[in-house]
Amino acid sequence: MAAQTQRIEITLETLLESVDLAESIAMRIAENFGFSEEDIHKIGMSVREGVINAYNYGNQQDPRKKILMTVELGSDRMVIRVLDQGKGFNITEVPDPLAEENLLRTSGRGLFLMRAFMDEFDVRSGPGGGAELVMVKRIPSAISADAP
Amino acid sequence: MALQGTTREVNDVVIVDFSGKITLGEASSLLRRTVKDLTDSGHRKILINLDDVDYIDSSGIGELVSAYTTVRSISGELKLLNLTKRVHDLLQITRLFTVFDVQSDEAAAIRSFH
Repeated sequence: MAAQTQRIEITLETLLESVDLAESIAMRIAENFGFSEEDIHKIGMSVREGVINAYNYGNQQDPRKKILMTVELGSDRMVIRVLDQGKGFNITEVPDPLAEENLLRTSGRGLFLMRAFMDEFDVRSGPGGGAELVMVKRIPSAISADAP
Repeated sequence: MALQGTTREVNDVVIVDFSGKITLGEASSLLRRTVKDLTDSGHRKILINLDDVDYIDSSGIGELVSAYTTVRSISGELKLLNLTKRVHDLLQITRLFTVFDVQSDEAAAIRSFH
């Protein structure tokens, strides 16, 4: 029988506290799923950066808006989506934080870190026009054979 | 653990010993305020000891960069000491290793200030 995908949906308030909460939830799920300590850390950091992005840039710290985080657990991967209620953005217009002229910028590294820590990363338009960050971490094949 | 910082002075170098996480919110604000207070009181040689900081997010990195540019703008020097592996790796992948003077020995770090 094919393994079923488990899906968890969490609606977060646009509050600073939601950043830690989302990170903790994602790390706990990743731990239960069998990721290594290092991958759990990377997943946590990526979710942190994603929710910071939604909080600061997407929802502009507006407490009336929500952040929707979904986690899908497949047979060999964990897919995390972070959706804000902002206006969306074009990732190609985000300055490259590694460019010499941007190294001393005090912001703008979140997207880069998510891309660096996850196996796959993309930015899509959400159903309501906000930005949806989609990040994937694949589970090593040695563990996936025993995954629930 | 919430970020905590204590300062001490060796010769004319101020060493700020941080412990905890440097993340968005109060922690990154503490870093900013600490460096500002030091520069406002005339200090130009600042060594930030991150031996007990094993977690930093993009906001924390931003505050480190801001601290660096603030001190540099007053012709001062800001250096980092004793990075943990995770912080080291973050600074490396963000190319900030080419910006900061990272030291691994306190005595040598103090001597390296001009």
